[in-house]
Amino acid sequence: MVMEIVCPAGTPAALRAAVKAGAHTIYCGFADETNARNFPGLNFSRDEMVEGVAFAHQHGSKVLVAINTFPRAGSEDLWHAAVRDAKIAGADAVILADPGLLAYAAEHHSDLRRHLSVQAAAANADIINFYGAEFGVKRVVLPRVLSVPEIAAINNETDIETEVFVFGGLCVMAEGRCSLSSYATGLSPNMNGVCSPASHVEYVEDHGALSAKLGGYTIHSVGAGEPAPYPTLCKGCFSAGEKTAHLFEDPVSLNAEHLIPQLAKAGVTALKIEGRQRSRSYVAQVVKNFRAAVEAVDQGRALPEGMLARLSEGQAVTSGAYKKTWR
Amino acid sequence: MEHDTPQAIPRFPSALARTLRYLPLMPVSVALTRLTQSMAKRHEAMFRRLGAHADATFLLNPTDLPVTLCLEPRSGRPKVTLYRTPPIADARIAGPLAALIGLVHGAYDGDALFFSRDLVIEGDTAAALALRNAVDDAELDMAAEIEAFSGPFARPLHKLIDIAERRTGVALTRHEEDLLW
Repeated sequence: MVMEIVCPAGTPAALRAAVKAGAHTIYCGFADETNARNFPGLNFSRDEMVEGVAFAHQHGSKVLVAINTFPRAGSEDLWHAAVRDAKIAGADAVILADPGLLAYAAEHHSDLRRHLSVQAAAANADIINFYGAEFGVKRVVLPRVLSVPEIAAINNETDIETEVFVFGGLCVMAEGRCSLSSYATGLSPNMNGVCSPASHVEYVEDHGALSAKLGGYTIHSVGAGEPAPYPTLCKGCFSAGEKTAHLFEDPVSLNAEHLIPQLAKAGVTALKIEGRQRSRSYVAQVVKNFRAAVEAVDQGRALPEGMLARLSEGQAVTSGAYKKTWR
Repeated sequence: MEHDTPQAIPRFPSALARTLRYLPLMPVSVALTRLTQSMAKRHEAMFRRLGAHADATFLLNPTDLPVTLCLEPRSGRPKVTLYRTPPIADARIAGPLAALIGLVHGAYDGDALFFSRDLVIEGDTAAALALRNAVDDAELDMAAEIEAFSGPFARPLHKLIDIAERRTGVALTRHEEDLLW
């Protein structure tokens, strides 16, 4: 069976591009704090979500609505409304992280399929089975901290489907628990849907060198002609003692394309592509690439040669935690 | 880590660019404003998507041309002004003309152009991001927009644009989303 490609869409145009490029499934979110890509000019109004889901269904694709931030005390209605409106729009599932919101969805919209977001950081079979038993979760998006053998071990101990990231930006190794953005800006992906919000980012070019400031702090500077990273603290270049280095992680993107056969053997159901903040051009190119790859694996053919590094942060890619050579 | 070297983005011929120093800016600005206002009527959602940044001012700076374009969306009543010495604006987006046009037509990815340093963003990053996302969602075809604005000259203009696109490698029309790199 062909592995499912789960593709990002930050706009209705990106959703259409994904569908036309062959995405089995598209994930997207509403234009508010309920999803972890709450960026200017991105996301879907209620009407756009209805139209997007209808377009996807007409072409045989599914739509998942990410409601994967953590509800603020006293403002839970915003998150409840998002779950309700995803169901009204005809979404095939919602992607949730907060246990309280999962309980709400299970109680009030029990027929709406529930996936567990990577933001929940569920990294072993016990917690995954707990989410399945308590909230009827049908699929879990695994955090990007696991090796392929660890993913296989999880799949041996659960009937819940697993979905893993295979391409796109990497986060530091505690998804859903990262407060780096909050330290510099007061806003975080967990609560506000924004990591390094654009309103707090400033780029300064001086004699070819590009510096990025976040919340007034310079977090990295690259020389003329050097690839630029995202302006996130986790990709920042810091000086400590006599050393200057990327202390948290290098500014590179994940590309696990070559691991697809191993991920298939490990029992993974779906392959997720990061990048709801990216253009329809990115979406189309990455989907075409990965659709060709999963079909090749399914038919026992060699993987086609990928052309995705140019789309990657820092124009460089890594296998991330899937191959823990750094341990 | 693996690295990949992207293909170069076409640059506007410098000899031709030099002739643009003598371009009469005011009539061209008026024509561009009318064209943009005509587009605004057909793409209202693009201006809605700008949200809180619908009244920001944007400098679009083709780095291979001697002129800079100032775009004022004005909540759906846009105005375009060309400058040789641009004024201060909320945000500046700079890059080769081919990259800026390619972004509009979905031929390039904005983040990828940023990573490769082909695109420079200065000023209000949130406004620049909103504009980029709004334009990306609008699925604009500048050639079609210009043709719609050109009355009886539309067909010969269409042929001219096709020829120019083939010869320059610049995405002068909207294609199905694909990378030119």
